[in-house]
Amino acid sequence: MKHVREWLPALVVFAIVIAAWEGSIAAFHIQQFLLPRPSAIVRSFWTERHSLWPAGWTTFKEALGGFFIGSGLGIAVATVVGRFRGVGTALMPIAIAANAVPIIAFAPIAGAWFGEVSPHSKMAIAAVLCFLPVMVNTLRGLSSANPRQIELMRSYAASELEIWRRVRVPTALPFVFTALKVASVLAMIGAIVGEYFGGAFNALGVLINSDAQVFDFVTAWAGILVASILGLSLYGAVAGTERLVVRWAPDTRDF
Amino acid sequence: MSVVEIKGVTKTFARGNVTALENIELELNTGEFVSLIGPSGCGKSTLLRVIGDLTPPTAGSVTVNGKPARQARNDGDYGIVFQDSVLFDWRTVAKNIALPLEMLGWSRDRRRARVEEMLDLVELRNFADHHPWQLSGGMQQRVSIARALSFEPALLLMDEPFGALDEMTRERLNLELLSIWEKLGSTVVFVTHSISEAVFLSTRVVVMSPRPGRIAGVVDIDLPSPRTVETREDPRFFELVTQVRELLRKRGEHLLPEEAAELL
Repeated sequence: MKHVREWLPALVVFAIVIAAWEGSIAAFHIQQFLLPRPSAIVRSFWTERHSLWPAGWTTFKEALGGFFIGSGLGIAVATVVGRFRGVGTALMPIAIAANAVPIIAFAPIAGAWFGEVSPHSKMAIAAVLCFLPVMVNTLRGLSSANPRQIELMRSYAASELEIWRRVRVPTALPFVFTALKVASVLAMIGAIVGEYFGGAFNALGVLINSDAQVFDFVTAWAGILVASILGLSLYGAVAGTERLVVRWAPDTRDF
Repeated sequence: MSVVEIKGVTKTFARGNVTALENIELELNTGEFVSLIGPSGCGKSTLLRVIGDLTPPTAGSVTVNGKPARQARNDGDYGIVFQDSVLFDWRTVAKNIALPLEMLGWSRDRRRARVEEMLDLVELRNFADHHPWQLSGGMQQRVSIARALSFEPALLLMDEPFGALDEMTRERLNLELLSIWEKLGSTVVFVTHSISEAVFLSTRVVVMSPRPGRIAGVVDIDLPSPRTVETREDPRFFELVTQVRELLRKRGEHLLPEEAAELL
């Protein structure tokens, strides 16, 4: 009951937006190739399900692979860098500057490196996109432990490893999960954009791209819908894991 | 028997070239409740941290339980309570109290039994499974005290533990702390900047003066114990408060106005 009440406003807004979309196309005679009706998109979503979902699955696997590789490396590098403060102060400005580089621009290069049609090039782009936010946030999390808590641990004659395990890691977890949620969305973007530059025929990015080229915008939109559903479920999985792991925090429960 | 022996302790901070403590000599006996009082910058917290080996002295030595401070820390000879409760958000109240016991390698059953005792002591039995954010400031500080006492350290170091609490909560916790102290018989070093709190709680008040941090005088508090709510209305209580205040004022002529105001 509580859940229904929490979700109700969002559902109502969603319904209004969809209705307005549907209504305004009829009212203003908007051409189908500019913006198809939601009902047409849903219809195509159903009729094309045998090509859309397998394509979505291919893309999702690439995104998932990239997500795990990129986030895993991000956490690993942050852990190592966090242990040696000197390395951190040397690398952080570079990491932050690198974060500003439009990594999507590397997509064609990744194709050349890992094979244009191969899923590995998409995984690589997704991984690179995920890496930096996860690394930067994990590092920030690991270094934002309360100095008093560390002092308290020292008063118990705790070793550095114990301080790391019992203070730094729990402090970092909310930061890490915030980054992982961002990364889950980025992974899907990376995989699809990677496919725009070439990929297997049954991949979502390739499908959306080729549908748009032959003015089949309804199917392209249906493809986007599949991509959104898959992206949301990855995000949801991360958020669900966060809820299980970061059980203590009052403010991470809501979203 | 002396629990803490401080001999010729000097502490200078390289940054800013500040002498926080100069040639401190102090001895604390078993079961004493000693308050360190003085204006900000008099080094009272630094002295506490030197006793706890959380910061090394520049010169001089500190002995706790007849051992160098470093060894006493490694042996878990003292518990510490800071101004903020420094609870671990990700641990429940019970697990916060059990933390030092985990570090000492106590078995699960032994930990559970002790945590129950401590929860009773600070009257938080019904909050064992709550997380710190669900508690009021006063309750959080009680958890912090329970945690510091859980492993029965010979020495309890308290750095303005009630400084962030409102007056009413503070007075109630003062009484609670005294009854715990009487029950356990541990030695307490209590940093505060409240004169009445220092006089009410202590067996001895050490008055400190700033720049450089020195001991300006020691006042023996000969109020009858156990202290009660009425103690605060005892004429002797007022005499002792005045005595401490005079010591602070005499040494405080070179204080900044706001430091002086804080004490009066």
